[in-house]
Amino acid sequence: MTATTIDPVSPGPNSGRQARRELTKSSLRVGERIIEVLLAGAAGLSVLVTIGIVLALVIPLFTFFANVNPIEFLTGTTWTASFGDKFSWAKDWGVLPLVTATFMATGIALLVAIPLGLGIAMFLSEYAGPRLRKVVKPVLELLAGIPTVVYGFLAVAAITPFLQPLLGIPNIYNLLVAGIVMGFMIIPTVASLSEDAMSAVPQALRQGSFALGANRRITTLRVVFPAALSGIIAAIVLGLSRAVGETMILAVAGGNLAQLTGDPREEAQTMTAFIAQIASGDAPQGSPVYYSLFAVGALLFAITLIINVISIRLVRKYRQAY
Amino acid sequence: MITKQVRRIRGAAVIAAVCAVLAACGGGASSGGSGAGLSGPVVIDGSSTVAPLSSAAGELFQAENPGVNVTVGTSGTGGGFQKFCNGETDISDASRPIKDQERAACQSKNITFEELQVANDALTVVVNKQNTWANCLTVQQLKAIWDPSSQVKTWNQVDPSFPNEPLKLFGPGADSGTFDYFTEVINGKAGSSRTDYSPSENDNVIVQGVEGSKGAMGYFGFTYFEENQSRLKAIQINNGAGCVAPSAQAVQNGSYTPLARPLLIYVSDAALKKPQVVAFTEFYLAQNDKIVNAAKFVPMTPEQKQKATDALAALKRKAGA
Repeated sequence: MTATTIDPVSPGPNSGRQARRELTKSSLRVGERIIEVLLAGAAGLSVLVTIGIVLALVIPLFTFFANVNPIEFLTGTTWTASFGDKFSWAKDWGVLPLVTATFMATGIALLVAIPLGLGIAMFLSEYAGPRLRKVVKPVLELLAGIPTVVYGFLAVAAITPFLQPLLGIPNIYNLLVAGIVMGFMIIPTVASLSEDAMSAVPQALRQGSFALGANRRITTLRVVFPAALSGIIAAIVLGLSRAVGETMILAVAGGNLAQLTGDPREEAQTMTAFIAQIASGDAPQGSPVYYSLFAVGALLFAITLIINVISIRLVRKYRQAY
Repeated sequence: MITKQVRRIRGAAVIAAVCAVLAACGGGASSGGSGAGLSGPVVIDGSSTVAPLSSAAGELFQAENPGVNVTVGTSGTGGGFQKFCNGETDISDASRPIKDQERAACQSKNITFEELQVANDALTVVVNKQNTWANCLTVQQLKAIWDPSSQVKTWNQVDPSFPNEPLKLFGPGADSGTFDYFTEVINGKAGSSRTDYSPSENDNVIVQGVEGSKGAMGYFGFTYFEENQSRLKAIQINNGAGCVAPSAQAVQNGSYTPLARPLLIYVSDAALKKPQVVAFTEFYLAQNDKIVNAAKFVPMTPEQKQKATDALAALKRKAGA
């Protein structure tokens, strides 16, 4: 660009207008135009892909719900999609066992990730010195780079056999350990984003708090934490969404038995584990179990969408601008 | 993953066996493969029970024909037939005979084929090593456990002398020939089973599940039990004539009923247009003893072997014509 006329250091009487004219002109240049189109294309492509995914999920739903009563689907307590005659619709299509298993595993993961993640964030933001933070934060973020199948393997091969006698877990595949391991998986998400939110709280607030005689603990809990709450909620919700959609850990360590149970020590198949099991096996195209993949997938999509909508509301509600 | 490791170890064992076999052959007389110049893929999919055998056959064959690439998938017998009848595979591994619906699916795509027996199997019922109470179960007891209407939740419901230990069931999924075979001979109808058990098409998942749960029971092919003997315990089966443990001998002399079964491969006529598939199939039968030994399967009886050889001869005539 030849924007030689723009000279911010010594604004002459006419330079402002000149610069403006220069900028309007530049948007008419061919090169600029091409870049604009390319960038718009990139943005448009991602929108198109999203629309495509939604359509691909929704169209097979018509076939599925033409054969399965939606109320039965959402409230039934038995799920036998993968059994019996492949081409028969005469199965139990109650998705509740898969949904409860998903929420139970997610709940356990949050019970692990929220206290630990927020603890780490508070420590790094309010207590740790800059040098320690420089080391700990990248290491923590490295944890986020571990493939989830490795977590799943770790659960089955090491953690479950260790915890089985301690907690009286009857089955090697169970939601409890899968949930705990999933909690560790989302700690980096929760901790790192919360730490960012807390670090972004203006120093003046802390100084004011100290000046009023508050100690570091009170400053952290009563001043910094509420001020950063919107960012912290966003961090937790992001972790929650990752847990709801997590597949490999649950497919490997959570088991394949779709059962409605309140005991997390039991094995139970989640929505994602069901999709993984059927999609990697052989669901013949056009068979009921093939269509059920889309029904479960769409439900999962709807659940994450609702979580995101609620989270945006919460983030707005608690946002504090300084 | 553990399963991957097991696979790799098994691969190593097979390669070791290949070396032993080749050393024994002394590289002398031609041993079934039609020699040099063969190349191209041999695509196999189907039963996870038969897969180790086909893999062993593939590795032994490739040692003699380095240009040929044998791939073995494990989609389950049903999943394998779907691909086979879609023309995607050359050979389909099966742990049960092809069903009428599958035959019709093949016909609708103009796929004709031949069935060849390649080995025997003792479908093995396994329990946890810590299970000290159950050593032998009758066919009726197995039915009581696995029947679609079964309400059995604890071991003492199977036999009052057993402890009140929760029963955790693991088994193959509905795509599996093992599942079809077991449900047919135990429950009386192929595919009819209770559904509140933990299904997996991967037998190693079942091994791991039974090993990790005290009250567990599962079933799969004999090879997977032999490989995991130190981790699991096999149940003897009583079909009215006393308890019989699964073994090669019990299968061959016919005493391990009703869970002894033939293992099969299906070769499509279209695939026999490819010389490497013809050579591989011949090799599979001609070198059957070595392959079966390398993969630790139950060999065929002389009559079964004769029948398979005759079937292959007929197939070759058909392909030649």
